[in-house]
Amino acid sequence: MRSIWRTLPAGLDRRTARDIALVCVADVLVGASFGAISVSGGLAWWVPVVLSVVVFAGGAQFAAVGVVLAGGSAFAAVVAGLVLNARLLPFGFAVADVLGTRWRTRLVGAHLTTDESVAFAIRHDDPDRRRAAFWVCAVALFGCWNLAVVGGAFAGRLVADTDAFGLDAAFPAVLVALVVPSLSTSRTRVAAAVGAVLAVATTPFLPPGLPVLVALLGLAAAVRRPGRRSQEPSPEPLDLGRSR
Amino acid sequence: MMPLVAILALAAGTFAFRVAGPMARHQVELPPRVEQLLSAAAVVLLVALASTSALMVGQQFAGLARPAGVLVAGVLAVRRAPFPVIVVAAAATTAVLRLLGVA
Repeated sequence: MRSIWRTLPAGLDRRTARDIALVCVADVLVGASFGAISVSGGLAWWVPVVLSVVVFAGGAQFAAVGVVLAGGSAFAAVVAGLVLNARLLPFGFAVADVLGTRWRTRLVGAHLTTDESVAFAIRHDDPDRRRAAFWVCAVALFGCWNLAVVGGAFAGRLVADTDAFGLDAAFPAVLVALVVPSLSTSRTRVAAAVGAVLAVATTPFLPPGLPVLVALLGLAAAVRRPGRRSQEPSPEPLDLGRSR
Repeated sequence: MMPLVAILALAAGTFAFRVAGPMARHQVELPPRVEQLLSAAAVVLLVALASTSALMVGQQFAGLARPAGVLVAGVLAVRRAPFPVIVVAAAATTAVLRLLGVA
């Protein structure tokens, strides 16, 4: 460990380095669950692995695989994943300065932008520290996450009867663990509750994959309440890092 | 089924969201309302996915064992339990209930 501390890039303090290491450990567990749940649900081993490398966004990966495992179409899975990843748009604006001016670093840095790397970058004001926190977190997570998904995918093949182990409850439990910290305002909670009721109520009637998208109508409950808007803090960004 | 072309479509769309900010030459600021709406949309979608996958199998009710496990996860998450504890407790609850004969 000592040598790792010494070789850290200038600008990265020990506390940030320790926090990044903790987030990596947590993400290894989420990644391994993702690989295992995908494969034990019946997907080929390369599906979670390729998703992790080219999409590299835990929430969207779970959403897409969840839709498919529930019998939804690949199209519905892509839409669900994209809705979830739309939050990366403001993140890109928030960390544009740390990605530098060279094309290559901007493209690579953009792909490595996650809830976690953004959260670490915006904790600092000093440009060097912002840059160091972002890049160390981004690169470390990319490595940990993808190795964990590969490990989970192979572990998932070993489990024969997933229902006996309650593994079908693990997937919604992962989602709950990820999302509960983000239910910070009553408007978000109302929107989520309305959306959940709509999704469950329409599941028996609509084609698989669609009910989850119907839930987005619950957002109307969150926007159309102008009188109360000023009294409440804006919802926290979905900080998957804290909850993992 | 999740064909490769669907994975690549999701990857391309995701990358577009990620790269728009760094590529915008002038520091365009997104309106705060748009930012709030995008965060809220992500939360709504995750909660809906958690609810349907907890309660339903295909178009049928999933039985009691699975939602009971997910309920335990919810309580633990509200109490800020560590991630592995939440997931293992949910799976264990469901597994034990099934062992006891609860569907």
